[in-house]
Amino acid sequence: MTSAIDTISSGPRPRGNRHAALLQRQGVVLALVLLIVFGAVRYDDFLGLYNVMSVLRYNAMFALVALGMGFVIMTGGIDLSVGATAALASVVSAGLSDVGLGAGLAAGIAAGLGVGLVNGLAISRARLPAFVTTLATMLGARGLALLISGNQSVSVSWDTSFTDLGGGDFLGFPIPAWIAGVAFVLGSVLLNLTGFGRAVLAIGGNEEAARLMGLPVARVKLLVYVLTGGLAGLAGVILAAQFGAGQPTEGQGWELFAIAAVVVGGTLLTGGMGSVGFTLAGTLLLGLIFNILNFENGKGDFTLSAYWQSVIRGAFLLLVVLLQNRLARRPS
Amino acid sequence: MQELEIVASRRRLRLAMPRGGPLGGVVLALAILLLFNLVATPHFISLQTLYVNLTQVTTIVIVAVGMTMVIATGGIDLSVGSLMAIAGALAPLIFAGRLLGIGPGPFADVLAFFVPVLVAMAFGSFNGWLVARFRIQPIVATLVLFIAGRGIAQVMTNGNLQAFHNASFHALGLGRVLGVPIQVWLMAVVVGLAAWAIRRTLYGRQLLAIGGNEAAARLAGLPVARITILVYAVSGLLSGIAGLIVIAINSSSDANLVGLGMELDAIAAVAVGGTALTGGRASIIGTLLGALIIQLLRYTLLSHGVPDAAALVVKAAVILAAVYLQQVGRAP
Repeated sequence: MTSAIDTISSGPRPRGNRHAALLQRQGVVLALVLLIVFGAVRYDDFLGLYNVMSVLRYNAMFALVALGMGFVIMTGGIDLSVGATAALASVVSAGLSDVGLGAGLAAGIAAGLGVGLVNGLAISRARLPAFVTTLATMLGARGLALLISGNQSVSVSWDTSFTDLGGGDFLGFPIPAWIAGVAFVLGSVLLNLTGFGRAVLAIGGNEEAARLMGLPVARVKLLVYVLTGGLAGLAGVILAAQFGAGQPTEGQGWELFAIAAVVVGGTLLTGGMGSVGFTLAGTLLLGLIFNILNFENGKGDFTLSAYWQSVIRGAFLLLVVLLQNRLARRPS
Repeated sequence: MQELEIVASRRRLRLAMPRGGPLGGVVLALAILLLFNLVATPHFISLQTLYVNLTQVTTIVIVAVGMTMVIATGGIDLSVGSLMAIAGALAPLIFAGRLLGIGPGPFADVLAFFVPVLVAMAFGSFNGWLVARFRIQPIVATLVLFIAGRGIAQVMTNGNLQAFHNASFHALGLGRVLGVPIQVWLMAVVVGLAAWAIRRTLYGRQLLAIGGNEAAARLAGLPVARITILVYAVSGLLSGIAGLIVIAINSSSDANLVGLGMELDAIAAVAVGGTALTGGRASIIGTLLGALIIQLLRYTLLSHGVPDAAALVVKAAVILAAVYLQQVGRAP
């Protein structure tokens, strides 16, 4: 909380501090570049077309979830339901995939929007705390996904073009990566160039002040949760299309992975500050750790089990958080 | 200003519920559930039913007691499930003599109880240290071990299931004293000690003071950092105990599963039990009742043939309703 207030109220800063603030937010880009250089030097096919494309294809759904989470966190809220929402959407869209690509896509997104609407209404109208509300809808969405699917994965139809959403290419790029790319461009425009984006940041900075300024606080918060639900739904559609089945038990822990990506991307959890692009960098950073681990095992100098992945991710999160903390404190 | 508002609304709450107190609603809900089961569930009144429900709820209650204290300071602990997994992974390694080099025997068994719990406590202190020393938001600070902790447990066991036959752990899981399961005794002791500590000890007062207004507590000369570290350490310690109970009941330890999702179960119990997530208040008995309500609800639904998935949806609705009612109780 203190750091958010510092950032807003400290006004024009001396030059050195501005550098510090810049580094705080761009540290993730630096880390990403270092990791890519490391991989490119150490492994032969790291920058090969196949690897780059599969990393992009696989991480697209995480990126979509993290994008939504970024917006929620910028308003000072949180959304724990995104993983379960994605699971629900994957089941629903897989069920309708035999009708066609459009139907599956629409159904999945609609399921996500539905959960988002419940979250948004409870948080913005009934003024329930976001943490508990989305914790409850997480359970609810998971339960619905299991109910609809009968506790089994729902295979998608291979007769329609639905699976293109996961495995297809367009202009040489994976379609999921296109979807995530477009979403991030739109998200960036929304945050930086529209009144809605300014309202999001204002609410996160100081909700009471935003209200007194006459901003439609309740409506903006409602929209943010609906948006996040929709993005999680979209991620669920891609999940189903990519793995050939709606997965009612998938998506566990996605919410915390997304929060980690957002935090690594330099967005303050207290709200009021944040960046869409750095969230993308944070997602890629966490995703690349898994990729590099695979390469390291393939190289065979020594073997690290897949379980090291989470240990290393946790260590990265700790490192970034401590670094940000150091830099954020320097001004005072 | 916000603090003032909270204090004022709390006073209103007390005026609004002169007889039942803040626990009134929780007790009422539990009473209704019990009454319904008495009428509608066959064989409900039996020691068997009581013990089934109690043994299923013990680990949640033990963890939720620590969570209540953490939440009372205005924090949150997401790492509890992962710390359970670490403790659960360590114990079999120790009593089988694979970790400390002490062969199987009574001494190894004693170590297998205490070392994992102390390790979990040390990890908890690490959480507290991040929160107190670096002022990292609790949700981010504990997210680090949420992600890395389970990985550490998986790396230690290489992700393998450790099945075991150990008389001492068998007793912890299935033994009874005076006809009551040992883990239920353990739960009673934890609840009793915590309730006493919060009401009657200086530490309890200080803990609530920090949650109510940390800045004021600091100005009043309270050792805020020390208390914060201690409270996370207690949460880690209780998670360690819960982890041992889980593996004792199963006679096996699976680092992938022990404590999975426990953080959310515990937070749900705290929220239903009426402890506000904003801090400054702690109701250990409320948390116990909250956990019992959630458990009894699940039992009721299952024993009436409602599938587990649907029970999740109902659980979600109950959590939302409970928080909403508390909100209404606090509103002017």
